[in-house]
Amino acid sequence: MKNDRIAVAMSGGVDSSVAAALLKRQGYDIFGIMLRLWSEPGQDNNGQNRCCSPASVSRARQVAAILDIPFFVIDSREEFHKNVVQFFIDKYSAGLTPNPCLECNRNIRWGHLMHKALSMGATRIATGHYARIIQNEDKWQLLRGHDNNKDQSYALSMLGQSDLKRTLFPIGSYTKNKIRSLASDFALPVAQRQDSQDLCFLADKDYRRFMHDYAPESLNPGPIMNSSGETLGQHKGLPLYTIGQRKGIGISAPEPLYVLSKNQSDNTLIVDKLSKLGKSHLKAKNVNWISGTTTKDKIRAEVQIRYTAKAVGAWIKPIDDNEVEVEFDHQINDITPGQAAVFYQDSVCLGGGVID
Amino acid sequence: MDKHIYMDHAATTPVDASVLEAMLPWFTNEYGNPSSIHRWGQRTDYAITTAREEIAEILCCEADEIIFTSCGSESDNLALRGIALEARELGKGNHLIISSIEHPAILRTAQELEHHHGFDITILPVDQHGLISTTDLKNVIRPDTFLISIMYANNEIGVVQPISELTAIAHEHNILFHSDAVQAAGQLPLDIEKLGVDLLSVSAHKFYGPKGVGLLYAKRDTLKHSHQTGGSQENGLRAGTQNVPLIVGMARALTIVAARKSNDNSKMKVLRDKLIESVLDTIPDSILTGHRTCRLPNNASFAFEGIDGNELIMHLDLLNIAASSGSACKTGNPEPSSVLTALALSPKLSLGSLRLSLGRDTNDSDIEYIQQVLPKVINNMRGAL
Ligand SMILES: Cc1ncc(COP(=O)(O)O)c(C=O)c1O
Repeated sequence: MKNDRIAVAMSGGVDSSVAAALLKRQGYDIFGIMLRLWSEPGQDNNGQNRCCSPASVSRARQVAAILDIPFFVIDSREEFHKNVVQFFIDKYSAGLTPNPCLECNRNIRWGHLMHKALSMGATRIATGHYARIIQNEDKWQLLRGHDNNKDQSYALSMLGQSDLKRTLFPIGSYTKNKIRSLASDFALPVAQRQDSQDLCFLADKDYRRFMHDYAPESLNPGPIMNSSGETLGQHKGLPLYTIGQRKGIGISAPEPLYVLSKNQSDNTLIVDKLSKLGKSHLKAKNVNWISGTTTKDKIRAEVQIRYTAKAVGAWIKPIDDNEVEVEFDHQINDITPGQAAVFYQDSVCLGGGVID
Repeated sequence: MDKHIYMDHAATTPVDASVLEAMLPWFTNEYGNPSSIHRWGQRTDYAITTAREEIAEILCCEADEIIFTSCGSESDNLALRGIALEARELGKGNHLIISSIEHPAILRTAQELEHHHGFDITILPVDQHGLISTTDLKNVIRPDTFLISIMYANNEIGVVQPISELTAIAHEHNILFHSDAVQAAGQLPLDIEKLGVDLLSVSAHKFYGPKGVGLLYAKRDTLKHSHQTGGSQENGLRAGTQNVPLIVGMARALTIVAARKSNDNSKMKVLRDKLIESVLDTIPDSILTGHRTCRLPNNASFAFEGIDGNELIMHLDLLNIAASSGSACKTGNPEPSSVLTALALSPKLSLGSLRLSLGRDTNDSDIEYIQQVLPKVINNMRGAL
């Protein structure tokens, strides 16, 4: 048995289950952890967070039993509420479109869970993310997962050297198909297709309803204008709209209208034709460079502005250690303040920042 | 590190090898339905009749006072619901008394009778060691009290109640007395006459019998209503084809423990006391929960200040020790159990509980290993805060 003790974040899903099985086969001393996360009380979800529903807990326990490893559920409801749910509410209230998964990874997985794992004698944690870590001389690098369709490095772009040093992504070099077949080789139960776990803490999938219920004070009606400053109607509160949104604006026009921007200072929603949506420039704040060293020179990279977006060639110009400007080679739609802009060179993830 | 120490016998025990052996033929060779008229049925009926007689012998009661059930929880439910229904029907009263440290099988059932069926319940407090006072009991008895249910031995803190004193009070007032003896059955005397109970619940898996089988002793003519209706098995008090092999196994297991428990108990007591003393000695800010002497021979339960009991269980699991905590819940919900709440422990202590429950095979070196690692684990956990 290897000396390393590894805590595997287990969700009951096939990815983390196979991750655990692979590590076990490699001879590591492993145990499983699942976090109990806060959830909005509700009917549809039985008041349970979709990331840790009773069904997923029992599935994960079942996998742990097959692998004969200890498995624990740790209560993280308070930390999750404080760091992720409140963050989500605050950012939406401030007119942004936050990405709670990144925040959860930062504060909960590589925060609370890492802390608990280390206190339980683990030397590293492992997760079932589709991403890879390699050591290049004295630096740890984050790489995209081998399966392009499944790559999750975007949501991991906030990791730093000290995180990567203590992390394993055992399934990052496999395709999803291979993971499924490994699951059957390991005789692991494969869950029926799981729900999307996006916004796992909502009782339903309707974040607008959630904002109505949890932050009604953030919903102040105001004018809808086009980019030439003409008032076209009334919006119901900026948090209810996202950049690029077309449906539900409530204005009939000869050409479809899209949300271009949300102007928090005068509470206006700017909408216009599709052709006006494109931009070739963005500013990102709170920039994390995974290498731990910042650059002063502009660098060539591909930049991805959403979890599901395609990375686009761009120049990144550092303004200071925390801020950069990004000049894309061509215009792109849906640049959304609050989402992450993540920088890549080929498959290496350099880091990222929050779109301003 | 290769040592695996199971210190959770209060949760469940392994099946004794000879119990397993006794059960096996009744799964395969002899499979008749005991209610069937033919010889196949006759033979399995004979098996459960024999089991009933063996058990009646140990309980010092009549065989027809034993009702086989599917578990301890079912026995508790049958006792409370059956007696409540009878009281309702005959206008014998509307009030029942339970203790504040009952297992959920009693607590939730009583609460359900209150919320959905209009009964009144009184939950009798316990002192800081978990003991019921006879004076308190006398004080809450009402003219319309029809049932008192107080557990023989507690599952979390091991406290043993003075059942015969309590039943005497009940009988002075003509009130029926039920006791949940699920934890007690493997270790304490089960003489029904001496205990003076009218109803008593037992579950086989706590004394090296199989899971999924239990019994309710009900004094003749006390229980007339079933809470599971259907066929007329078990004198019409528990519908459903009997689980023959498990019933055979339960009788065998009870016979075995009856014969060996005094030996096992004295052995476990020595180890238990050694463990208790060393934990209290070597771990600062620790207390024993439950009564020092009125306790099950196999129970050592503690509370540690500033410790999360759930996490402690995880640390011990990583050290290959199986234990449990009153705040433990496999889904990660740290709230002190109602038992620990009833002891009025300070909040700092009530989340930091640990129950180590010994078995008949627990030995000196198991205890030494725990003595060696537990203080370190607690110390590390406290340091990590
Ligand atoms: C005191 C007590 N009562 C009832 C039960 C329930 O028994 P069973 O698991 O057989 O339903 C238990 C077992 O956990 C117990 O300890």
